[in-house]
Amino acid sequence: MSSHRLKFSQYLMLVFIMLGASVGDALLSRGMREVGPVSFNHLGLLLHALLNPWVIAGIIVLISFMGSYMTALSWADLTFVQPATAFGNVVTALIGRIWLHEAITPMRWAGIACIVIGVGFVANGPSKTEHIHTIALTGGEG
Amino acid sequence: MMHLSANTVITIVLMVTGATVGETLISAAMTRVGDLDEIRARSGLLGAIKAVVTSPYLIGGIACMAISFFSLLFALSAADLSLVAPATNSLTFIATAVTAKFFLKENVDKRRWLAAIFVAAGMALLTR
Repeated sequence: MSSHRLKFSQYLMLVFIMLGASVGDALLSRGMREVGPVSFNHLGLLLHALLNPWVIAGIIVLISFMGSYMTALSWADLTFVQPATAFGNVVTALIGRIWLHEAITPMRWAGIACIVIGVGFVANGPSKTEHIHTIALTGGEG
Repeated sequence: MMHLSANTVITIVLMVTGATVGETLISAAMTRVGDLDEIRARSGLLGAIKAVVTSPYLIGGIACMAISFFSLLFALSAADLSLVAPATNSLTFIATAVTAKFFLKENVDKRRWLAAIFVAAGMALLTR
């Protein structure tokens, strides 16, 4: 089991994965707040939502997030990349605290601590499992 | 505690199963495709996109994600979302660690189990 060293560009991609999903969701929700509530009787409003610049920005960020996430899965384990996605929730909570002065309850502080500890556990470990039969795995199917 | 309705339980099970199987299949697809950065360096962005979208595992993975997403839409109308969302997020983390170990044969050591459990607990506390 050798520990794969990640390149600087790969660390950058992991940082983007941490932030991408939360930033994308935030942009979407900001945009949808401007569009207003969509009911099942007025689904046409969803098309109108696609013209909103916040919604467009959110979709672009989420598509790039998905691309980065899949790229990361091509060189790292799922159990290595996935905890990183949870870190975005911590960032969102802290942004809310600092910029919007939202209160963070002790319960949520405990949640933030748990996620930071959890991500810390994997961050220092090897990023990819070495398979002796990797060639069989990659060449066998398709 | 509150009473769990059959609808809520079914929704949670569908969402967790869909997301877990989906994540696992997408990860399997990407492992088989190989390092995307290298493919992009070799055959450009289009070559990388082609390598990804022609993977049968990916198509299966996306189908499972779709099931999970439509269960979420169902949850929005029927089930108690404040319970469903944190429960699903957390359970998916643990379930993914299990499938990664047994199906992807990833080396899920003690520290990765701890990570999955801590992150799952953190998500549950944070989304409250």
